[in-house]
Amino acid sequence: MSVNGRTYERDVEPRMLLVDFLRQDLDLTGTHAGCEHGVCGACTVLVNGRSLRSCLMFAVQANGASVETIEGLANADGSLSILQECFHDHHGLQCGFCTPGMLMTLTEHLRENATPDEQELRVVLTGNLCRCTGYQAIVEAGLDAARRMRAKKEAAE
Amino acid sequence: MKPGPFTYHDPTELADAVALIGAHENARALAGGQSLVPMMNFRYAMPDHLIDLNGVSGLSFIDCGERIRLGAMTRQRDVEFSSDLQHAVPILREALLNVGHRQTRNRGTIGGSICNLDPSAEMPAIMLLHDAELTAQSTRGVRKIPMNKFALGFMTTSLEPDELLTEISFARWGKGHGYGFHEYARRHGDFAICSAGVLIEADSRGEVARIAIVVGGLGATPVRLSAFEAAAKGHRLADELIAEAAAAASRMDALSDAHFSADYRRHLAGVLTRRAMKSAFERIGVAAYV
Ligand code: FES
Ligand code: FES
Repeated sequence: MSVNGRTYERDVEPRMLLVDFLRQDLDLTGTHAGCEHGVCGACTVLVNGRSLRSCLMFAVQANGASVETIEGLANADGSLSILQECFHDHHGLQCGFCTPGMLMTLTEHLRENATPDEQELRVVLTGNLCRCTGYQAIVEAGLDAARRMRAKKEAAE
Repeated sequence: MKPGPFTYHDPTELADAVALIGAHENARALAGGQSLVPMMNFRYAMPDHLIDLNGVSGLSFIDCGERIRLGAMTRQRDVEFSSDLQHAVPILREALLNVGHRQTRNRGTIGGSICNLDPSAEMPAIMLLHDAELTAQSTRGVRKIPMNKFALGFMTTSLEPDELLTEISFARWGKGHGYGFHEYARRHGDFAICSAGVLIEADSRGEVARIAIVVGGLGATPVRLSAFEAAAKGHRLADELIAEAAAAASRMDALSDAHFSADYRRHLAGVLTRRAMKSAFERIGVAAYV
């Protein structure tokens, strides 16, 4: 499978969950395992562009797929992406446990909808639990990221 | 919280998948995995053989013809974003938005949700509301099962261990029909405590030509208010009818469990049926599909 553009080949036991494969076999520990039964969203990654819970998929099922994780979000020069920067600026994280999942969920959504409103982001984020922030700052970060991405696109045109 | 060991099969043809599930003891079919994999992680489910349907061709499709036909492996997401379905069966999307979250609908399938048959799950309720017909296949042949014969009891379907659900189909309701789906859950996207769905067709005099009402979460399976539906035919679309529907819903049998009493469930059934009726009334005549 390809993860963040890099190809990996491994033999795994069928029961190995995708989240454990990423963390243990590939050492990509940015993706977090929280509840491990599909409730918290901390393990959210993108597979072929769609967000999903990597604790509910076996690694073998991602054979040949293109996976994106938190490790792939930063810009090529290592600087923070717009979305990451907005989380930083708006205090969108405290302990940071939920953050990889939040970022991946928002990454998918902002790709599909460049002009989200607040209500829509709140609904999209219902699949990700955060025990610290109270969500307000995360929603603000998401809205600001959408604004900055639009501004950047306009500037480029 | 890791699944026990199993043998993994990833067929690409339906015939192979059917042969595999027929040939192995303690085999389970894996659809979207949004319920089965958590159960495996908890080791509530410990299949020896897992037949992964995700690579099987021909099981994912949406056909909005005379009848609506959905492949069992159609992702909930694809149904959610299908504009054809939105026109033909608007209640489907309204109900679907309560099924889990973006990340689970990206993966979860229509057929998986129906086969899992959680008592308060939205998709089984919507299929019962439409008198859907399910197609099951095994090495013994193909079988059609009406939804009311499919849901046998608590998370128990009439599928035999060697059968796979391949397709769900149902007749569309008339142009401009009214529809409404309401549910109550502690958190959006969580398992509902109770839900209600209503479909209405009216005649030119503003009277009920046809009505269907389903309530989920009262007992082990969703139920239709059949007696009320029959009695409501020919009645004027008026507030009294809404009140009568709500009263009928709150008289249904209900089960108590550790979380919610039967009385509370019946109360919710009444309230949600009233809301769903109201939505359906308001939408009648709005061109529901073109
Ligand atoms: S760890 Fe996957 S949803 Fe909680
Ligand atoms: S920042 Fe701690 S869980 Fe969200």
